[in-house]
Amino acid sequence: MSLSQVLLEALESLNSNKLRSGLTVLGIVIGVAAVIAMLAVGNGAQASITGSINQVGTNLLFVFTGGHEDAGMRNARSITLADAAALVDPFAAPHIQGVAPVLQGRGDILFAGETKTTDIVGVTPSYGPVRNISLLEGDFINDDQYYGRASVVILGVEVADKLFGRRDGLIGESVRIEGQPFRVVGVLAPQGGSAFGSADNQVVVPLTTAQARLSSRRGEGTVDIVFIQAVDFQAVPDAAEEIAQILRTRHRTPIGADDFTIFTQESILSTIQSVTGVLTIFLGGIAAISLLVGGIGIMNIMLVSVTERTREIGLRKALGARKRDILIQFIAESSLLSLIGGIIGILFGWLISFAVGRVAAATGNEFNPIVGFDAILLATLFSAAVGLFFGIYPANRAAGLEPVEALRYE
Amino acid sequence: MTDRVVDARGLTKVYRMGEVEVEALSGASLTIERGEVVAIMGPSGSGKSTLMNILGCLDRPTAGEYLLDGTSVASLNDDQLAEIRNHKVGFVFQSFNLLSRQTALANVELPLRYSGTANGRRRQRALEALETVGLGDRVLHRPTELSGGQQQRVAIARAIVNDPAIIMADEPTGNLDSKVGKEIMATLLRLNKDRGTTLIIVTHDPLISEQARRIIHIRDGQVENSSGGGV
Repeated sequence: MSLSQVLLEALESLNSNKLRSGLTVLGIVIGVAAVIAMLAVGNGAQASITGSINQVGTNLLFVFTGGHEDAGMRNARSITLADAAALVDPFAAPHIQGVAPVLQGRGDILFAGETKTTDIVGVTPSYGPVRNISLLEGDFINDDQYYGRASVVILGVEVADKLFGRRDGLIGESVRIEGQPFRVVGVLAPQGGSAFGSADNQVVVPLTTAQARLSSRRGEGTVDIVFIQAVDFQAVPDAAEEIAQILRTRHRTPIGADDFTIFTQESILSTIQSVTGVLTIFLGGIAAISLLVGGIGIMNIMLVSVTERTREIGLRKALGARKRDILIQFIAESSLLSLIGGIIGILFGWLISFAVGRVAAATGNEFNPIVGFDAILLATLFSAAVGLFFGIYPANRAAGLEPVEALRYE
Repeated sequence: MTDRVVDARGLTKVYRMGEVEVEALSGASLTIERGEVVAIMGPSGSGKSTLMNILGCLDRPTAGEYLLDGTSVASLNDDQLAEIRNHKVGFVFQSFNLLSRQTALANVELPLRYSGTANGRRRQRALEALETVGLGDRVLHRPTELSGGQQQRVAIARAIVNDPAIIMADEPTGNLDSKVGKEIMATLLRLNKDRGTTLIIVTHDPLISEQARRIIHIRDGQVENSSGGGV
């Protein structure tokens, strides 16, 4: 029999028991849809996180106080403003373009009875170019304000929304941070959520002012983090090496017992990618189990079908059907079940991913599930394999029936 | 020199039922000439079903030799047996055994599908066969839309569509009332007369067997005697 005849006959046979075929197909639909949706969500999460890291800049490095192994470290020192200043050295550190030490804290900001708890970031004027900061209005903190310990503040948009209900025309307004009066000199452009929390719920003040008026560690000169901008992406490893050299010399630590940690975007990126990769595989694996269950459903139904049609099989054999003919007939039916299930499942999975993206967008998170061609290919191949694998046993059973006994079967 | 279409010698069939061995056939021998009408009779349990299964190539004998239309059957494998059944044997069953989902035409076409006949030719031959049994106007009806007699005619059309050497009819009128049964027998006998197709009818209805030219009696797995029929 030709392929089209085989498929037509299989379709007819499946059509004769619509409810049963439909339920069997449903098992595959759910499995395939789950695989597609899970992989899409996983890929979307990865892309979204990687995207937000790339937004920060791939030529950025971070230096924190504290080594990898605290045990056995003597004379561990914190990173100070002086350390940061020492990194700005075109001879010892030619691959470093900009250095921005930061003092971080949390506090309440108050205006006309409205209060908001927010991140307070104390920065140097170099923070603007290093972090690629853009403002809705006003100017970034300048050298005069920095050295003069000026009580000026740049508001994040979330803070502006909460306190003023608007994002412009705020320059010159006076707010209170931890009880101290500050003058608004600018508003940060919205950045959206990032891997490090919302960048919009923060206020930026001069680091000197933060040290003098807001920090509990007054006068120590220590900073929480130093952002360092390498000249370009390729220079990041060299820049990291130069930072390490300078800080080791200044802290007089032996090699291997650093009291600071250098993070590059690259290392964070690869860590996050491996985490989300594992997550995606995990989700996909769970979804694959439901596909497996769907496959067992096919096998179950095909076994029932073989038993039901024993007489028909006997008759076909009496009329000259070879083993192969019967085998092909039943495999065609199970494959058709899984193929139809696969196609509907792909559509469903795509719809689910789309819905997840919409829900995420509605709740304010920029997140696009990605239905990859690879996921579709994987799900299709997998469901076809499921149909074949779980179809072979029942089909074999049908093909192996003795015509005499099959004909006698009641 | 005669033209033997069935030449069986010493057919023995032993079934194993667990520990016990049951001998359904013990050395049955018979020959049937081309164009004969033969009735096989015997009480139930006599081995006549087993004999018919072997003659129809549905089953292999445990021992003995069987030449069907000159081909030795005993040593063939499953696929070769399937081909023999397809080309040389036409079956008519007591319970018709039609595929209920398919039209009369599709049912008659089925053996031709397994022999790989091309689409157009297959349709033409199936239509001819249905015409021969007098169902030319019902080719697109499904079995459920046909009477018992009509269903059996479809089955006969299916049996002759590949122009077999023998037609094996197992109680062909067993599920029909006597009037329709007579018509079916008339159809079968007419095919024998017009086409010269060998007809082997398994029955225990004397009214049927007396229309055969020869009756083969089976008892205890052996051919008891061959007697002339009523024709």
